[in-house]
Amino acid sequence: MATRIGILALQGDFARHAAVLRRLGAEAVEIRDSGQLDDCRGLILPGGESTTLAKLMNRYRFYEPLREFARRRPVMGTCAGAILAAGRIDDPRVEPLALIDIAVRRNAYGRQVDSFITEVAAPCLGEPPAFRAIFIRAPKIVACGPQTETLITFEDEPIMVRQGPVLVLTFHPELTSDSRIHRLFLNMVENQA
Amino acid sequence: MEKGTFETKVGLAEMLKGGVIMDVTNADQAKIAEDAGAVAVMALERIPADIRQAGGVARMSDPAMIQEIQKEVSIPVMAKCRIGHFVEAQILQELKIDFIDESEVLTPADEVNHIDKHAFRAPFVCGCRNLGEALRRIGEGAAMIRTKGEPGTGNIVEAVRHMRQVMGEIRRLSALPADELMAFAKELAAPYELVRKTAELGKLPVPNFAAGGVATPADAALMMQLGAESVFVGSGIFRSQDPARRAKAIVQAVTHYNDPRVLLEVSIGLGEAMAGLEIKDIPQEAQMQYRGW
Repeated sequence: MATRIGILALQGDFARHAAVLRRLGAEAVEIRDSGQLDDCRGLILPGGESTTLAKLMNRYRFYEPLREFARRRPVMGTCAGAILAAGRIDDPRVEPLALIDIAVRRNAYGRQVDSFITEVAAPCLGEPPAFRAIFIRAPKIVACGPQTETLITFEDEPIMVRQGPVLVLTFHPELTSDSRIHRLFLNMVENQA
Repeated sequence: MEKGTFETKVGLAEMLKGGVIMDVTNADQAKIAEDAGAVAVMALERIPADIRQAGGVARMSDPAMIQEIQKEVSIPVMAKCRIGHFVEAQILQELKIDFIDESEVLTPADEVNHIDKHAFRAPFVCGCRNLGEALRRIGEGAAMIRTKGEPGTGNIVEAVRHMRQVMGEIRRLSALPADELMAFAKELAAPYELVRKTAELGKLPVPNFAAGGVATPADAALMMQLGAESVFVGSGIFRSQDPARRAKAIVQAVTHYNDPRVLLEVSIGLGEAMAGLEIKDIPQEAQMQYRGW
């Protein structure tokens, strides 16, 4: 049976994540109600606007159910999703879920005209050695706790970090045709007892 | 490193999906919009309903008011330039505006040519009434398309017409065999490569948003059910009785656009919507949707 992965679908590019997961043979479910989480073996927090997502998560009481989910099952956060998953955020407008012991700074590279695409070395993904990383008004991971493992860096700063079942990255693999990061996440889900 | 490429431009449009972009005229309104959960704000001196009322020539807003709004909020800030006015666009890019709207709400500066949007690092959104117009704008470099609707009316009828037109033409196109695509491109007066790509994807090659006449949560959900991927609300929020409450309700309606239970809940007791205008009471030459081609 296909592995069922939830994607938080309150706002953002959740449909792009769903398309990648389906290409990899997984089942993707758009989550708009926390009750839907029960049937999912993993969860993706997508890119979008972190202020909007945080407000809707508050309004629809997602914070506790998501924390509870992450204690038992893997979660991947990309860009805004990484901001929400962080332990500390530089901006009081966004309440952290605190799923992973990192601190983030929002829009750390500047405004949209500073958004960029670059090849980063990604030995954790096997061959080929590079990954084409798309950064859109991206955050920076400015501090990592001792339990975290940095998987990919750019200009000596961490851009993909893992702590147990929680994987966060500041760029957008769902916007490329390279599905290796989603494959890595599916492996985390499938290896979770 | 690539910066300001078509891919990074469309990338931001992707992030704005499932959200509401609100027109604001000062920092206080921008704060209300952000607090309500807007994914972006459109900074302009006057909302379309007031532009319509004031008459005269409508131009790009004073950069000082746009800067104030940029300081106030952390979400993307958009601003409008006149159709074909590439110098206004250069100024907005210099201001580091996150998305430039080459908009029929302002008085056109060029009745023949739209801006060459490939020449800019900042992304552009453009309005359309049909698929041909959408693909011509994408051909010029637009990274997001929205319906034109009829701005500043609080009347959804034109936005519905334009969204149905675009989606209907895409459905027709998707059913065509490859050897009929060129004739269809000729009929649409649209670039062949984009026609082919749209047929292949079964959707526009860039995000497709709704604008022009949204006044209620139900209007917003209607546009989403018709195929919009996000919604712009111009005059509908700050021309209503209780803007903060209405703004929040529209944000929730876009997230839960397919859930009548939530739509009912957020539609209750919002106070009065903006008054609105009948399209037949606006002479055709005063309708904004016929600006640009």
